[in-house]
Amino acid sequence: MPVSRQDTPLPRRSRRIRAYALTGGRTGTRHQLLVETLISVPQYDPALSDTLMPESRSLYERARVRCSVAELSVGLDLPLGVVRVLLGDLASEGAVFVHPTAHAYHHDTNVLERILDGLKRLPA
Amino acid sequence: MGSSGSPPEGDLLTISAKIVVAGGFGVGKTTFVGAVSEVPPMSNEAWMTEAGEGVDDLPPGNKSTTTVAMDFGRITLRPDLLLYLFGTPGQARFWFLWDDLSRGALGAVVLVDTSRIDESFAAINYFENDSELPFVVAVNQFEGKPEHDLDEVRDALALDPAVPLVTCDARDRASTIATLTELVGHTLSLAVLSGPAGRELAGSTPHA
Repeated sequence: MPVSRQDTPLPRRSRRIRAYALTGGRTGTRHQLLVETLISVPQYDPALSDTLMPESRSLYERARVRCSVAELSVGLDLPLGVVRVLLGDLASEGAVFVHPTAHAYHHDTNVLERILDGLKRLPA
Repeated sequence: MGSSGSPPEGDLLTISAKIVVAGGFGVGKTTFVGAVSEVPPMSNEAWMTEAGEGVDDLPPGNKSTTTVAMDFGRITLRPDLLLYLFGTPGQARFWFLWDDLSRGALGAVVLVDTSRIDESFAAINYFENDSELPFVVAVNQFEGKPEHDLDEVRDALALDPAVPLVTCDARDRASTIATLTELVGHTLSLAVLSGPAGRELAGSTPHA
């Protein structure tokens, strides 16, 4: 996978300030983006990528390989709050897919049983 | 159910889950995460917080915001099922970040070091009183340290008899897996006991 040129870190301080300006002061999103929520790109569109602001484009490029919100925050060195707002926008446009977390299945003990079974099968 | 758009192309619908690893400063949270994570624990300055929002000892120089690090690891249980482990920021002043991390979690492991047992009081109080998450308490049994009788530890922590108390070695993969298994088993037993409505609020109760 080609590495986005936008992954090159900009000077830390200016980058953070610009990222917060990008969210327009918004801190929320209608999508539930927990730190463990997985994001992927259902159909990569280079033309769409070209229209995105740098931080959003970096998120879009990174999420071509399924990735959690927390890992995106670490990988791009952006605060969680900024990552959530920008991902929320991308999700609203249908650019990224928001996978369900185990919490979405908390009525269903099957998911807990699968997790328990998975832990028991881990090589020690 | 928190998802949107069309399913990914050639990619499985993947469910992710989270366990919170809590405890005071220096009790072995990062060691615990590192012992079982399939990648080296990841960390960054995830949260920015305003001065005055629970932060009282800012470094000199009129700094108005401070950053708080998040560290975490990952375990692939199945190709379509990932488990993340998140260590909590140690300082008690970051409770509001504990709420963020706890939201949607399967439960929490509270690590205790018996030589500094008071370091973990705040974490136990949080999960007993301010969170609906199931939790277990794990005594981190470092090599060469005297073993403590678990009943004595339970007394010292004034721990509810219903909360499982186990020993573990945070450096040992098998031991950390056993601790996580204990927690998920506990969460499952509570879910079965209380029925579908019982976990409705788990992890989503705001901390006052």
